[in-house]
Amino acid sequence: MNGHRWVRVTPCDSIPLREGRLVTLAGRDIAIFNLGDRFMATDNRCPHNGGPLCDGIVAGDSVVCPLHAWKFKLETGAVERPSSKDECLATYPTRIEDGIVLLGLPEESVP
Amino acid sequence: MTRLVVVGNGMAGMACVEAILKYAPRFDITVFGDETHVNYNRVLLSAVLAGEKAAEDIVINPLEWYQRNDIRLHVGVRIVDADPGAKTVTGDDGSVTPYDALLLATGSSAWMPRIEGLDKDGVLAFRTLDDTRELIRRANPATKAVVIGGGLLGLEAARGLQVQGCHVTVVHLMPTLMERQLDPDGGAYLMGKMEELGIRVLLGRTTVAVLGNGHVEGVALSDDSCLEADLVVVAAGIRPNVDLAHKAGVAVNRGIVVNDHMETSSPDVFAVGECAEHRGVCYGLVAPLFEQGKVLAATITGNKGPTYTGTVQAAKLKIMGVNVFSAGDWSEQNAEPVRYEDRALGIYKKLTLRDGKLAGAILVGDISDSHRYMEWLRAGADLTDQRRHLLFPPPASDAGLDVAEMADSATVCGCVGVTKGAIISAIHDRGVNTLSQLKEATRASTGCGSCSGLCQDLLRAVAPEFEEEVKKVICGCLPFAEDRLRDILRSQRLKSVQEVLEIYGNGHGCEVCKPALSYMLDMLWCGDHDEDRSARFINDRVHANIQKDGTFSVVPRIHGGVTSPAQLRRIADVADKYHVPMVKITGSQRIDLLGVKKEDLPKIWADLDMPSGQAYTKGVRMVKTCVGTDFCRFGTQDSTAIGIALERRFEQLYTPHKVKMAAVGCPRNCAEATVKDIGLVGQEGGWQVVVGGAAGKSVRKADLLTTVETSEEALEASELFFQYYRESANYLERTYDFVERLGIEKVRKETVYAPEAVRQGLRDRFSRSKAHAVDPWLEGREPRHPTQFIPIQSLEKVRA
Repeated sequence: MNGHRWVRVTPCDSIPLREGRLVTLAGRDIAIFNLGDRFMATDNRCPHNGGPLCDGIVAGDSVVCPLHAWKFKLETGAVERPSSKDECLATYPTRIEDGIVLLGLPEESVP
Repeated sequence: MTRLVVVGNGMAGMACVEAILKYAPRFDITVFGDETHVNYNRVLLSAVLAGEKAAEDIVINPLEWYQRNDIRLHVGVRIVDADPGAKTVTGDDGSVTPYDALLLATGSSAWMPRIEGLDKDGVLAFRTLDDTRELIRRANPATKAVVIGGGLLGLEAARGLQVQGCHVTVVHLMPTLMERQLDPDGGAYLMGKMEELGIRVLLGRTTVAVLGNGHVEGVALSDDSCLEADLVVVAAGIRPNVDLAHKAGVAVNRGIVVNDHMETSSPDVFAVGECAEHRGVCYGLVAPLFEQGKVLAATITGNKGPTYTGTVQAAKLKIMGVNVFSAGDWSEQNAEPVRYEDRALGIYKKLTLRDGKLAGAILVGDISDSHRYMEWLRAGADLTDQRRHLLFPPPASDAGLDVAEMADSATVCGCVGVTKGAIISAIHDRGVNTLSQLKEATRASTGCGSCSGLCQDLLRAVAPEFEEEVKKVICGCLPFAEDRLRDILRSQRLKSVQEVLEIYGNGHGCEVCKPALSYMLDMLWCGDHDEDRSARFINDRVHANIQKDGTFSVVPRIHGGVTSPAQLRRIADVADKYHVPMVKITGSQRIDLLGVKKEDLPKIWADLDMPSGQAYTKGVRMVKTCVGTDFCRFGTQDSTAIGIALERRFEQLYTPHKVKMAAVGCPRNCAEATVKDIGLVGQEGGWQVVVGGAAGKSVRKADLLTTVETSEEALEASELFFQYYRESANYLERTYDFVERLGIEKVRKETVYAPEAVRQGLRDRFSRSKAHAVDPWLEGREPRHPTQFIPIQSLEKVRA
């Protein structure tokens, strides 16, 4: 299994509670969400029509795309709505060190 | 005629009198009550304290009821003596009243434990409407209140005081809250719920003294600690009022002793309700007194036969968001307990069974099955076949199934004692179709109201023309109809979305309820709420309209569609400078700059130096105008001037859905005012104000609200409608659906034709909201958060 390269991204307080923000790392647009007790990260682009998920409303541990209300589980990236779809978002592990959010990028994507 | 004197004008006495009247006897009835009110629903005092109901709402028998039934009512008179020999009673006003039959319904009083200093100013009981009013008067924000007693009444008082703004501590003698109804585990779950609400609970402590010099300043506890307090509420229990019975020589233990016919030891003297002791039990809840009243009515009217054999004790805590139910004997001695608990959800359920029958039940956090358990208890049902489904019923295939399975003799309303059979005959014989009619016809669901769902199910299943009165709920996260929710937010003084979701919802909300709640809080508190941008749609976080590619559109406000060469040049310069891909004249007489990146928004707004046109939000859009009298040869009124005035008056306010307006100078209607949410149509000598028009997915001609002479009158009428729509429409309901739903007659009656006080209220709340309103584009200069408009720049660079 491939390891992760951990990247120091941003202080925790630069993302407001229950909101998301866009960060671009290694050419990938990634949305990071502050859920209060933890941070979650997924690809920013909605697989439906490319909507920016960082601008979505956080509903518990899910996010709702602002364009057509597709809904995704942040933990797994699975589509919750519409239920017929089985597209999946890439997700990224996060951790917090000294008030900084770290994000794990898959090794192969980092030169 | 038999002279019946009733001492006590409360729920028990009047329930019994209502039952007596049904026998249509030849009685001459006199009622004495020491309170100065007509009979009210004491069970709902906690709802009055919590601001969920007004004092008028809990009246059971209004004055007309006494008059209609020829009952002489003496309020504010306490009967101080009774003489069974002479058959008279004596009031504290010196009056002497003879009787043939005497009904004692004296109820009970708050028990005052022996605590030093209880005579200080600021120590109150919570028992009567006057107590409740006094508590509301004294409970100001930041008042420190101590409630002595952690039983049903104490906890309801605590929540009510907290809603009124007090900091509340409950001091309870026992190690478990509501220990008469809950086992230690159930009590612990309840304690968690109370503390989540922000009410402090101290267990296993007695209050030894109330401190202070004349007025309460604190209380001293048995553990030698002290609490500061401005207000002390004693809710340590109740004691039956038996003094009068004692004086009359009637047998008294703890209460007035009655037999199964509700007769006392003295002939022609009867007792009912909390003051009565039946088979060694004094009841302190509402259901038994209705059952007793019916039996006594039979006895007293010469139809002696029915007997009262006791009631299964059941109690529900009436605090919104804290669900507690307890019934029967839930002790585990010689019983088989069945339990379920989920700490994360705060749900605890325990049933006890003896000989295959339900003996008792405790439910905390989810009481949806309480009715089923109550029925099993009452009927003594054999549960052998249902052992696997005790805590979770098998899923019903349709909603009517549960009620269909109930026996006709099963009780639906436990408070008033109405059976399924009685409800069905009311539906068939009296043409009942709605819940209100059912309440009127049978009194079902007029006690604690918790059976209203079941009553609705029955109506739905049986009534030929059932009309649903419950409105659609917002969403699954927050299962309330919007008007109910507005009442809750207002009365519970809730100001933040997250708080509402945590207390009344599932804790996290969704993209449907969060923006709806955000709107309601802004509207209800006239802009003085806790704004939470995470609960807003992206458009309202960055004040621009998101486009299909994630860019935004920018529409500055051009009041009334009147611009200038300088303004147009500035817009053109901005479009050039930021390489705006498309510049478009909108249908609203404005200019749209499309394809702007989020991070450029603050700079564009600054360069435009124009206020936001709010084309992205549920709020005031624009006022479209025609050229009016200035240039048009047909114009009869100055439509551009009034349009600009209207737009300036309403701009920057939020509404349930977008509000588009127009003003035209003559009936040719060039700016299409008759298909706008609010339109002003000029005519010779005045204005027509029209509302609820649409030219979108559907087309609807606006209804005439009123015709007025001056521009100021036209603006005022528009303002009344505008604020009324803000306060009464459901979220995302356009004016054309709103006006259609209510009917223009009702809209007129509640706005332009409303009493002056109502109109003044609308104007005041409008003005308060307007005073808080600002141009949202000012946030470009001072963002609410450093990353409101910009993406995160990673501390550590990673190249692709």
